[in-house]
Amino acid sequence: MTGLASYLCFFATVALTYGVAVLGLNLQWGAAGLFNVGVAGFAAVGAYVAAWITAAPAPAHWGGFALPIALGWAGAMLAAAFAAAIVGAATLRLRADYLAITTFGAAVTLQLVALNATALTGGPFGIAFIPKPFESLADRPLAFGAANLALVAAVTAIIFVALERLTQSPWGRVLRALREDEAAAASLGKAPDRFRLQAFVIGAALMGLAGAMQAQFFGFIAPDNYLPVLTFQVWVMLVLGGSGNNRGALLGAVVVWGLWTLSGTLLAAMLPGAWQARGAALRLVAIGAVLAGVLLARPRGLIGERATVSRHVVHTGEQA
Amino acid sequence: MLELSGVTRRFGGAWAVDGVSLHIPPGRITGLIGPNGAGKTTLFNLIAGSLRPTAGAIRFEGRDIAHAPPHRRAALGLGRTFQIPRPFAAMTVLENVLLAALHQRGERAFANWLAPRAVAAEERRNIVRAREIIDFLALGRLAAAPASVLSGGQRKLLELARVLMAEPRLVLLDEPAAGVNPTLLETIIERIRELHARGISFLIVEHNLDLVARLCGEVHVMAGGRLLASGPPEAVTRDARVIEAYLGGAA
Repeated sequence: MTGLASYLCFFATVALTYGVAVLGLNLQWGAAGLFNVGVAGFAAVGAYVAAWITAAPAPAHWGGFALPIALGWAGAMLAAAFAAAIVGAATLRLRADYLAITTFGAAVTLQLVALNATALTGGPFGIAFIPKPFESLADRPLAFGAANLALVAAVTAIIFVALERLTQSPWGRVLRALREDEAAAASLGKAPDRFRLQAFVIGAALMGLAGAMQAQFFGFIAPDNYLPVLTFQVWVMLVLGGSGNNRGALLGAVVVWGLWTLSGTLLAAMLPGAWQARGAALRLVAIGAVLAGVLLARPRGLIGERATVSRHVVHTGEQA
Repeated sequence: MLELSGVTRRFGGAWAVDGVSLHIPPGRITGLIGPNGAGKTTLFNLIAGSLRPTAGAIRFEGRDIAHAPPHRRAALGLGRTFQIPRPFAAMTVLENVLLAALHQRGERAFANWLAPRAVAAEERRNIVRAREIIDFLALGRLAAAPASVLSGGQRKLLELARVLMAEPRLVLLDEPAAGVNPTLLETIIERIRELHARGISFLIVEHNLDLVARLCGEVHVMAGGRLLASGPPEAVTRDARVIEAYLGGAA
């Protein structure tokens, strides 16, 4: 039982790290309508920066400052935000499809840099021995798993509350207006690029944090973790859970990560060894089928977007 | 207040607006009329910022705004409405108006985390002001309704309410009478007069000569991309060149 419980803790921990990335994407897509197809790139930036800051010095890669994990996560968010500011300043003027191409290109480029800049990143072998939070508990798996889960749950809760506040604030109101009618919002003095860039940067910082947390919980990163399939997973989580809704974003992360893990376990058990590698593609097929099924039944995702009203506005005694 | 000199806009080989110079003094309601295709709407868009001139200068209160983006012009005190109203349909009437307040502290993302009380206090003040404006424009009963339920005329009133929330000194109105029933049109005319009395200047682009004659102290007439005549409405509408232009002579 302890084995199962500590496994469930680990499962939930990883699912919530995905949840943080999905929350970031929901701010970009759900609130600002920005079509970012480079989630994996920002997660990679966060993961490598956190690894450099927190890991012990090693000859195989750069960094290794052995600093506290909290600093690693803060650095990861800053670095991802900085990367997003550069990409965003250059491209947010573009229409949706061009932004998609640019972010996709940026993510692929970053992945190739991670693969080839061996002196910095350790190349294809990645960075190992990234310290885990609560390492002193490592010999008691259940306590270790529970402590990690509590940590990531607390971080997720803080981010959730912060984002709910933000989307219900005057700032979020401007984003909703820009999404509905950019020309009308601009005619009322709202600078479209400024607000979009902010949403893009904050969202990317969360993706960087998600990458950093995953690096820390797995203890190992490699360029293979940041292929476009990661972007695909995060998008499926958001669309399936309900774009435009932070609760939906978290629910989607847990459901899709559950399906992903379960389908992986089933395939491993059912397929003969020679077919395992090819069979892995069936996971994507399974996720795609589930997504199509959910969208047929619930076109707006499991929890769709609700009309957001600014938190300070209370309508009383009027007909609605 | 608003000064245009040699403003020109070319689309391909056609000169939509060709060297227009005019001066709009503060404290007036000025009209801009002309037959279809005269270049009124293009000139309006050049002043509002949705188009940039090919040549010429546009100065608002002494500042050259010819190449400033629309949001900067709005922040300088130059408001506009749209010919076909563009409400934020999914938001309530109150939120449509609240949005338009300029320089809100709560529009800075971090202020919502670091100074939530200041944001809340500012929002409360803005709500009081927004409700006054909504009541003034006879939309009070609909404040909590989504803007999508408003009729065409009510949408025009909402556009005016939004612009007022941004505290402009000059408001550009693009065909305020188009598609509005006669009763509501009287409301609109009366409200424009009232706002003018409070010190807001207007520039009105309009087909409805009756509205122009009743509101405007001075009228500019455009035809074929050029300024044809300027003066008080009763004089301009009797001008032989203007009559010819309206009857198709300018083609």
